Amino acid sequence: MQKTLKRYFPIFVLPTLIAFAFAFLIPFAMGVYLSFCSFRTITNARFTGLENYIKVFSDRDFVNALWFTVKFTVLSILTVNVFAFGLALALTRKMKGTNLFRTVFFMPNLIGGIILGYIWQQMINALLLRYETTLVANAAYGFWGLVVLMNWQMIGYMMIIYVAGLQNVPTELLEAAEIDGATGWQTLVKVKIPMVMPSVTICLFLTLSNSFKLFDQNLALTAGAPSKKTAMLALDIYNTFYGRAGYEGVGQAKAVLFFILVAVIALGQLVLTRRKEVEA
Amino acid sequence: MKKKKWGDVCLFVLLCVLMIAFLTPIFFVVMNSFKGKLYISDAPFAFATSETFAGLTNYRNGIEKTAFFTAFGCSLFITVGSVLVILLFTSMTAYYLTRVKGAVSSTLYYIFVFSMIVPFQMVMFTMSKLANIFRLNNPPGMIVLYLGFGAGLSIFMFCGFIKSIPLEIEEAAMIDGCNPLQTFFGVVLPILKPTAITVAILNAMWIWNDYLLPYLVIGLSTKYKTIPVAVQYLVGSYGAKDLGAMMALLVLSILPIVVFYLACQKYIIEGVVAGAVKG
Repeated sequence: MQKTLKRYFPIFVLPTLIAFAFAFLIPFAMGVYLSFCSFRTITNARFTGLENYIKVFSDRDFVNALWFTVKFTVLSILTVNVFAFGLALALTRKMKGTNLFRTVFFMPNLIGGIILGYIWQQMINALLLRYETTLVANAAYGFWGLVVLMNWQMIGYMMIIYVAGLQNVPTELLEAAEIDGATGWQTLVKVKIPMVMPSVTICLFLTLSNSFKLFDQNLALTAGAPSKKTAMLALDIYNTFYGRAGYEGVGQAKAVLFFILVAVIALGQLVLTRRKEVEA
Repeated sequence: MKKKKWGDVCLFVLLCVLMIAFLTPIFFVVMNSFKGKLYISDAPFAFATSETFAGLTNYRNGIEKTAFFTAFGCSLFITVGSVLVILLFTSMTAYYLTRVKGAVSSTLYYIFVFSMIVPFQMVMFTMSKLANIFRLNNPPGMIVLYLGFGAGLSIFMFCGFIKSIPLEIEEAAMIDGCNPLQTFFGVVLPILKPTAITVAILNAMWIWNDYLLPYLVIGLSTKYKTIPVAVQYLVGSYGAKDLGAMMALLVLSILPIVVFYLACQKYIIEGVVAGAVKG
């Protein structure tokens, strides 16, 4: 069977592979090469070695964006997961209205980042109007605005993953805990949380990579204002590519560093939390 | 026992308050979309009064300024087209990669999976220039690009499922004289349906909402703007002047998603959970 199927390679694999080459393979390879070049368009590159990378590290915007992104990511991972897990616990108690709550809490997740960003921009500006200021007056407003927005978008998504995890905790385990006289808190810490560690792994991974790579929401909410202080890494890379002529190479070098960071953090987190998973 | 009941009531009230808080931003935009554009910043949290009520003026302005229905059509064409193309081609590729063992298959599989963790910024500049050179800067071209970008996740999910299908069914089909294409479409594809729904939902969600790819490849200058690009375009050029049109446009952009969500909620939530657990 393998042999016959093998002859069908052009039909089964080639279409996907060609599209994949245009969208990813060739751009990725060129991107790595071009990060060592000085160029304006992709056809007039000149090899310059590590010059772009040296420029990246002396770029204050990049360092600011990195710091901003790290602060934002840590804070949103914590808040999103705590709220989502709390809601999941509340929604697995077989209460009235559970379906309605779930529907509403999940909905913001389906709205696109650009549209979400503008909805919150208008909301926050309307709130700040009372104090006669705006979202872009102070970098702290932009930061907290983004955290609130991220919570609004991600809580429902993480909640349903935790709900699915909690529903898979065997009832025998919970009953055994009850018979042994465990309090609600003990059951939560000693039984439920260890049993939902696979969900925790997934949720941490998703909140981490979504927060770290955030772009649309950042662009729509503040676009980095005031003076690039609220720009995250993805937006900073975008601005380097398209905002400053002659800095395309630096932008590409930043993108390579960004890719390495994302890969290292994501894989590291997966390895760390996988260790904490237990068998039933 | 009584204590527990009180706890539940408190929890219920708390959840209701939270639900209202979750809906506030949406109420806020809907409410303001019916006010005259000059009144919005006077009292943004008040309902429209007879003086400030603007009827559908904002909607008319928003639709005209962005050619909203064209954008809607464009988004719909790209999303539906891409999802269908992704389903067809990636399921075939995943089938081949799982069933034909060897260095080529496993290398390709790992490259596809690898592409999932690479952030878009890494390839955006070179990809958009390449797309221009090869004339992919139009809606059908976008479908080709989305096939490339959607391939990683989709192949990963299909492969996971195909591995669990017993080989005997396909071998029986082959012995009955089916060629690989007939076997795939007649026997394998129907079994793949649950995974296909998940893959379709996951891809549809990000393609419909994607901003950067259509913006970089197609741009603002043509008539093929998708909804997120049209929103950004309106706000970039008229935002400060016409808050009313912006509010109306935001409502119009949310509306199709909410309708679709309420209609297929079960599949969406199941699909998202399945996608997350396997991803």
